[in-house]
Amino acid sequence: MAEILVLVDHADGAVRKPALELLTLARRLGEPSAVVLGAGEAAASIAAKAGEYGAATVYVADGAEFAEQLVVPKVDALTQIAKDKGVAAVLVTSSGEGKEVAARVALRLGSGLITDAVELEAGENGPVATQSVFAASYQVKSSVSHGVPVITVKPNSAAPEAAPAAGAVEDVAVAFTGNAAKVVSRTARVSTGRPELTESAIVVSGGRGVGAAEGFEVVEKLADSLGAAVGASRAAVDAGWYPHSNQVGQTGKQVSPQLYIAAGISGAIQHRAGMQTSKTIVAVNKDPEAPIFDLVDYGVVGDLFEVLPQLTDEIGAR
Amino acid sequence: MTLKIAVCVKYVPDATGDRGFADDLTTDREAVDGLLSELDEYGVEQALRIAEEADDAEVTVITVGPDDAKDALRKALSMGADKAVHVNDEDIHGTDVIGTSAILAKALEKTGFDLVVCGMASTDGTMGVLPALLAERLNLPQVTLLSEVSVEDGVVKGRRDGDAASEQLEAPLPAVVSVTDQSGEARYPSFKGIMAAKKKPVEELDLDDLGIDADEVGLGGSWTLVESAAARPARTQGTIVTDEGDGGKQLAAFLSEQKFI
Repeated sequence: MAEILVLVDHADGAVRKPALELLTLARRLGEPSAVVLGAGEAAASIAAKAGEYGAATVYVADGAEFAEQLVVPKVDALTQIAKDKGVAAVLVTSSGEGKEVAARVALRLGSGLITDAVELEAGENGPVATQSVFAASYQVKSSVSHGVPVITVKPNSAAPEAAPAAGAVEDVAVAFTGNAAKVVSRTARVSTGRPELTESAIVVSGGRGVGAAEGFEVVEKLADSLGAAVGASRAAVDAGWYPHSNQVGQTGKQVSPQLYIAAGISGAIQHRAGMQTSKTIVAVNKDPEAPIFDLVDYGVVGDLFEVLPQLTDEIGAR
Repeated sequence: MTLKIAVCVKYVPDATGDRGFADDLTTDREAVDGLLSELDEYGVEQALRIAEEADDAEVTVITVGPDDAKDALRKALSMGADKAVHVNDEDIHGTDVIGTSAILAKALEKTGFDLVVCGMASTDGTMGVLPALLAERLNLPQVTLLSEVSVEDGVVKGRRDGDAASEQLEAPLPAVVSVTDQSGEARYPSFKGIMAAKKKPVEELDLDDLGIDADEVGLGGSWTLVESAAARPARTQGTIVTDEGDGGKQLAAFLSEQKFI
């Protein structure tokens, strides 16, 4: 069966959920194998997890280069493995780094590149990817017409399903090419204890209507009552009320949760581009004319400082 | 020594317009007015700031695009860039990002540079991979997705805020940089800047000038194939209620009915 190479994204020694989604999707196209890079001692447990989700083989490469140099060592490794094994497709998580790695691998392989797929199916001429474009107003289906398809897939595009396979570890010695930017220092992002924005099933976001950094407390309380991630509109981030890492929108994170709650967000195109594909959308806004209400399944015209705490209390009482 | 900075920019359909596809499934550039991609303004801004800090610098703005793409170059020139290069050729229509990176790389080599600056992504295709592809083609370090950037003594330094960590990066020049919308507000062109831009040189190049065969680019030379593009059905508006003291409770009832709580 065709071998589908999946780059397994990991952090703090654990597999990140989008990698399990990729392995699940890869099984539609052929037999998944996983690539685990720069994981140090965690490689064995990451490999085991990849096996649990369908990887027949897990290629493991390590070296200081993966931490000390930007992007290029991963490109070196993935290209080398894809060539040596003659794989049928390469799948990478759509993150800033994931897309950069995929692009350079595609160029080295002489392959077409598709980014930000939200759905992946086997077609007559290789994988067919669905993308959501122009602020999610269009659905595009594309395929790669030259070389081994290299495709990046957005988090939350599939529900991870376990399908135990061999997960046989194969160590790979990578020939590094260098010529990369040096990573001089790295500061891990402080964990809030909340789910990752792009991976969370529920997202509660605040916008201009939140009014101040302190105002986000009501947004966070609601999020915590639902086990949700917290997002913010660009207006709220630009005002310095909430970190940029939580920005939802065209230039921030694009999220597609089961439930999206927008509080004090008008719904400008910049924001819609980041949340329009959410399954269920709820908004609370003072302005009955706010464009966000055109998108919602349920909307409350009112003061978020009244509505959100009442909702939080209701949830707590259940 | 003059620090030569090249900024790559894209002319895109206005994101606030009703964007769509032409019959050949390429981006429709007729129905919606075009402009300099908003995210590229940050690239122009950072290039100008780096130039201002340098003893002697020259900022060249480069685009690949149809006739109207000149508007994007004019905007960048009116912000303060010194000169522009416009790669324009009918055979470029339909080129994908791999092909565009080939054209830009040739144009950059022809123009000469110490530093290439790009925005983080275009606002139409939103792939965000062009800077990495340029670095690969030019065989240069990529120092990308920076929310802070500076150049000192022939070294570019910057901060990259990723998903899991914030990284301090550095690389010797020449290098390829991309900057995010967190890098600093882009300046508005002054009246003087707009007037001055009209006199600044715009060099026109076609595929022949760059030694690129027409069949390497365009729709035919593309390594990806768009099979279909369909407008997403508009979301139908659901229930809207006005809070009269029990809005939170009504919302809770809806969420419960939908089995979220």
